[in-house]
Amino acid sequence: MLEVVLRRLFVMPFLLLGIVTATFILAQFTKGNPLVSIIGAKALTNPEVVAAAKKRWGLDRSIPERYVIYVKNLARGDLGVSFRTKQPVLADLAQRLPATLELVICAMIVGAASGLLLGVISAQFHDRAADHAARFIALLGSCLPIYWLGLLVLFLFTVQLPWLPGPGRLDLRAEQIEPVTGFMLVDTLLVDSWNAFVDAALHLVLPALVLGWSVTGIVSRMVRASLLDVMKQDFITMARAKGASATRVLVHHALRNALIPALTILGFTFAYLITGSVLVEAIFSWPGIGSYAVEAARALDYPAITGVTIIGGLGFLIANLLTDIAYAAADPRMRGAAA
Amino acid sequence: MTVAASLKSKSIWPGITLRWSSATLIFALFVIISFIVIAVTIPLWSPYDPVGMAGRRLQPPSALHWCGTDALGRDVLTRALWGTRYSLPIAVFVLGVAVPVGVLLGTAAGFFGGIIDNAVMRLADVTLAFPPVLLAMAIAASLGPGLVNTAVALIIVWWPIYARLMRAQVLNVKKLDHVDAAVIAGAGRFRILFKHIMPLCWSPILVNTTMDVGLVILLASGLSFIGLGAQPPAPEWGQMVAEGASNFYSWWIALAPGMAIFLISISSNFLGDALRDVLDPQVKLPA
Repeated sequence: MLEVVLRRLFVMPFLLLGIVTATFILAQFTKGNPLVSIIGAKALTNPEVVAAAKKRWGLDRSIPERYVIYVKNLARGDLGVSFRTKQPVLADLAQRLPATLELVICAMIVGAASGLLLGVISAQFHDRAADHAARFIALLGSCLPIYWLGLLVLFLFTVQLPWLPGPGRLDLRAEQIEPVTGFMLVDTLLVDSWNAFVDAALHLVLPALVLGWSVTGIVSRMVRASLLDVMKQDFITMARAKGASATRVLVHHALRNALIPALTILGFTFAYLITGSVLVEAIFSWPGIGSYAVEAARALDYPAITGVTIIGGLGFLIANLLTDIAYAAADPRMRGAAA
Repeated sequence: MTVAASLKSKSIWPGITLRWSSATLIFALFVIISFIVIAVTIPLWSPYDPVGMAGRRLQPPSALHWCGTDALGRDVLTRALWGTRYSLPIAVFVLGVAVPVGVLLGTAAGFFGGIIDNAVMRLADVTLAFPPVLLAMAIAASLGPGLVNTAVALIIVWWPIYARLMRAQVLNVKKLDHVDAAVIAGAGRFRILFKHIMPLCWSPILVNTTMDVGLVILLASGLSFIGLGAQPPAPEWGQMVAEGASNFYSWWIALAPGMAIFLISISSNFLGDALRDVLDPQVKLPA
């Protein structure tokens, strides 16, 4: 176990450098003139303004020089300044990260719970109608375009049936909550505002369900395959022979073993959730990293785009590392084993 | 994971039985063939002009405009039908480049090993270290918005998946006895590769490619939705959903294009499942 984790840790810096280099190379292919978005098209005719801007953003150096500057800056946590918000990209991202994390964590819970339930139903009723139905429901989640589904449920449940609040994290008319942790569900409780907490929770319902459903299929497929595999093994037959009830066999004997392989896909799920959150945040006006990325891409705000990409890659690396550690910790055979 | 051959049959009427797997396959073939036919023939029978005004703005669905009209008075159904001419070619183009490139590099990595293997796989690792949408967004943004650039971005995101898949396949097949036998019989390296290894590697590639048609269309239309892919007034599905989002109360604008994306993506899934059953019931793909 330790070896697996250590090997991961060892390659992480190299992957990180790869990520950084890849984003730098990408930035070199930039077609649009970034100067336009810094100083505006009008000032392009003024050579002094152009020279000053170039110097400030390091655009007048050679490419290798720029690369060194770039890596040095990154190592200090300097992702540059956004052309659009005029703020350091890192500060922008830090401010928006909690919103995305809150959404992604809730969606992960939705996806894992629904995937587990459907996967168990699928395996228990292998190749019967319930199996097909469960798999179909899971498949729908991954085939429906998430931004379209978001749009439809938003219209359905806020306009046609006004049960839930509209987009955003809180009712705009409500009093503003001072961000402490940035997690709305926590912040509202910190100021003892029960109404605001309910409001924040209701705002989370639609985006979390839509985003969570998109990964249900990944989880349920894994749970189903893994459970079917375990159910064939001798110790299950043994448990049945000893007279354990079907529920007991499932919960105490099969599920515990089947869930360990299912853990391995959590990191993979994270990539899907990030992908989905970009689109879901755009639909639900969710002020997170995803909508920041969309705004940056639309405005061709390169430092911001690069920053989001690097942070996304870093987050993905960490998610995979955590998955490995969780896997190793959950499987007793991996504990203390050499590999 | 596989729809086993021993599905419980359900009788619809005497003498004819329909299995779930056959039903989904028929559905998938119907959708895919219809979409291809629409894409090819739409200029001949287009109900309205896809980019011109067809009636009053923002009309709800009616007998005249089955899916209503959008904010510029264009017929939504007509535009959705024309949308096949964007999404299908982009899927064909992206996979048509990404799969051969990935297969070629993956084969080289698996067969020759050593430095080629390391170079290809580390490149794949770095590409796969990004959440796909972010990398695609970054690439599409730096190349400039547009459908072709989106396709290029998706190719860059997609090839490593096939390189990894093919490498794993080649490594597995390389260990089989018949390859040793061929080596002993004195077959040349390339003869072994093309005659004895590669023919056994195709099925997962084919299954994955079929399933990825839906994924490519989903991601490409997603990029168009956020404004990086097809630009207005192109009747591209993701771009149409975006128009629907900016006319929130006219729900019908987004309905048809979203449905089209959904139909093609679920069909490609069903078809992939069916292919897997036919080609190799033993094969297990990474999730």
